[in-house]
Amino acid sequence: MELVYALATGVLTASGVWLLLRPRTFQVLLGLALLSYATNIFIFGMGRLTLHRPPVIRGDTPVDPSFYADPTPQALVLTAIVIAFATTALFLVVLLALRGLTGTDHVDGREPDA
Amino acid sequence: MNVLLQHLPVLPVVVPLVTGAVMLLVRERRRRTHGALAITSFTIQLAAAVVLLLLTTDTVRDVWTEGIGVYRIGGWPAPFAIVLVVDRLAAMMVMLSATLGLAAILYSVAHWDRPALPFHALLQFLAMGVNGAFLTGDLFNLYVFFEVLLAASYGLVLRGLGSQRVKTGLNYIAINLASSSLFLIGVALIYGISGTLNMADLTQKVAALEPDDRTILEAGAAVLGVAFLVKAGSWPLNFWLPRTYAIALPPVAAIFAILSKVGIYAVIRVSSLTAGDNITTTILDEILFWVGLGTLLAGIVGMLSARHLSRFIAYSVVISTGLVLGALGLGIETLIAPVLFYIGLSVVTTGTFFMLTGMAERARETIVARNAAELTAPAPFFVAYGVADPDPYGIDEEIGTAIPAAMAFLGLIFVFCVMLVAGLPPLPGFVAKFAILAAVLGSPEVAAAPAWLFASAVLLSGLATVITTSRIGIRLFWTSAARRVPRLRLLEAAPVALLLLAMFAATAAAPVVMEFLDATAASLQDPQAYVRAVLGGEP
Repeated sequence: MELVYALATGVLTASGVWLLLRPRTFQVLLGLALLSYATNIFIFGMGRLTLHRPPVIRGDTPVDPSFYADPTPQALVLTAIVIAFATTALFLVVLLALRGLTGTDHVDGREPDA
Repeated sequence: MNVLLQHLPVLPVVVPLVTGAVMLLVRERRRRTHGALAITSFTIQLAAAVVLLLLTTDTVRDVWTEGIGVYRIGGWPAPFAIVLVVDRLAAMMVMLSATLGLAAILYSVAHWDRPALPFHALLQFLAMGVNGAFLTGDLFNLYVFFEVLLAASYGLVLRGLGSQRVKTGLNYIAINLASSSLFLIGVALIYGISGTLNMADLTQKVAALEPDDRTILEAGAAVLGVAFLVKAGSWPLNFWLPRTYAIALPPVAAIFAILSKVGIYAVIRVSSLTAGDNITTTILDEILFWVGLGTLLAGIVGMLSARHLSRFIAYSVVISTGLVLGALGLGIETLIAPVLFYIGLSVVTTGTFFMLTGMAERARETIVARNAAELTAPAPFFVAYGVADPDPYGIDEEIGTAIPAAMAFLGLIFVFCVMLVAGLPPLPGFVAKFAILAAVLGSPEVAAAPAWLFASAVLLSGLATVITTSRIGIRLFWTSAARRVPRLRLLEAAPVALLLLAMFAATAAAPVVMEFLDATAASLQDPQAYVRAVLGGEP
């Protein structure tokens, strides 16, 4: 499970960075989105990967931390998802504005001289 | 009264939040209402900051133990819930941001705030993020406040529109979103190895870590540091900064003067709390020193090539970042107080200087014409969304009375600002730089080579400042072509003059200020008081 998880994070990050360095604004947007996905599952992984362990402590069982998943990274991921979603939407608006103002989707606002 | 005192630390965050929210409900046409709300909000913030500052010193005893106030949100005990912590450094930075914010608001109500709605509300949210970042005692909460201030700054950069601004804004947003990912990765690594996000708790956990685990922690701290350095605008991560600051409207750029210092503040705070006595900090210090030196040199080169005033000031921000990072990297204890003095000075100076550009550049009709042409170009996107085309350069219908001898006033302020940035006597800029250089060269702890390297870079930056400003000043004030005397409004001129006066006052009261800063530096050297205050007396 760890290997698959690590590979997924790595592939997402690599794709994100590659897209981030591309010249078209939409590619940059997707790159940022992929990077934020990679970051989110990385945060989640930092709470240790466990199976069949609830994050919420139940009153009727003895409280032993090893029976429970760490709830903090899950809460952090939720916050990070919301923030990344909002900022990506904001980036999208600016992307459209640049497209409207310059008539091109190049990040420099003009086509490179061929 | 006690309730107010108890909730005082959260006021600098809550007041702008509520004000900003209320502003969203007020029609954007009612600029006076917006302006009044904004001024009230910043006045309250400033008052709160002053009281907080007094509470952290010895003038008011017995309210906070050891002069550190802790606000536990929701009343939960410290390591589990988010805390706001007011120590001397935090109080000082909040005070700076409130002062600058108030000045920028006064300046902008003269005619920069049309349409009022996004401008004033965004400025409030920006202030909320900045104050929150200074006050928070929790790493993830720091991330959230960073995002708040960045989201507001995205909107403010775009203010005035035009394809140049939108293009620069796009790059600015992309860079900051990417560095926010780094921030999160760093925070996650630190949490994964130490199991805590509370900075005070972290200080204890770091000291108790196994040597094997330290590697991961240091990796996390390094990733986090890169994110901070991007925000601080340090070379080689600062190519976005001069362009963004130069293209932003003057009041916006003035507020941005504090943004890069938020990154520096985060570096100081986190390194103070996680350092401890070990060999790794010296390696980190060394990296910081070379980064700082690189930033200084990059700033000098950029500054010499600057042709417009706003560009020049943007590069002076880069230079001040380099100076601070380089000085911190030298790792001399006696250097911290002068560096803090320099940070405060440079924030106010840069803010004042940016406000000056708005008034001085208006004298050059060519620039106004160029911007006007750009603004009247069709922008179908904004028409489609029913947003009125903003007209930041509209000169008609200004508020307030005009002041006489406008050019003389501008020239005087310009000379003062130049002397402050360059560090020429007898102004406080000289005092700050002299104190830093004296500490660097007089300290036996530092090897001669880095000390002299740093000192010459600092002096060189002063020279570059003088050369560039002479060139720009001649172009701006002495060439008569295409110039008319700008009509200055009292509301615009007063905050600029007041900021300068405040700086002179701070210099005149130097013994008091330096005593405070020495105490601040001492508390940064020994974070145990901070830890005790936050964790509530636990060992």
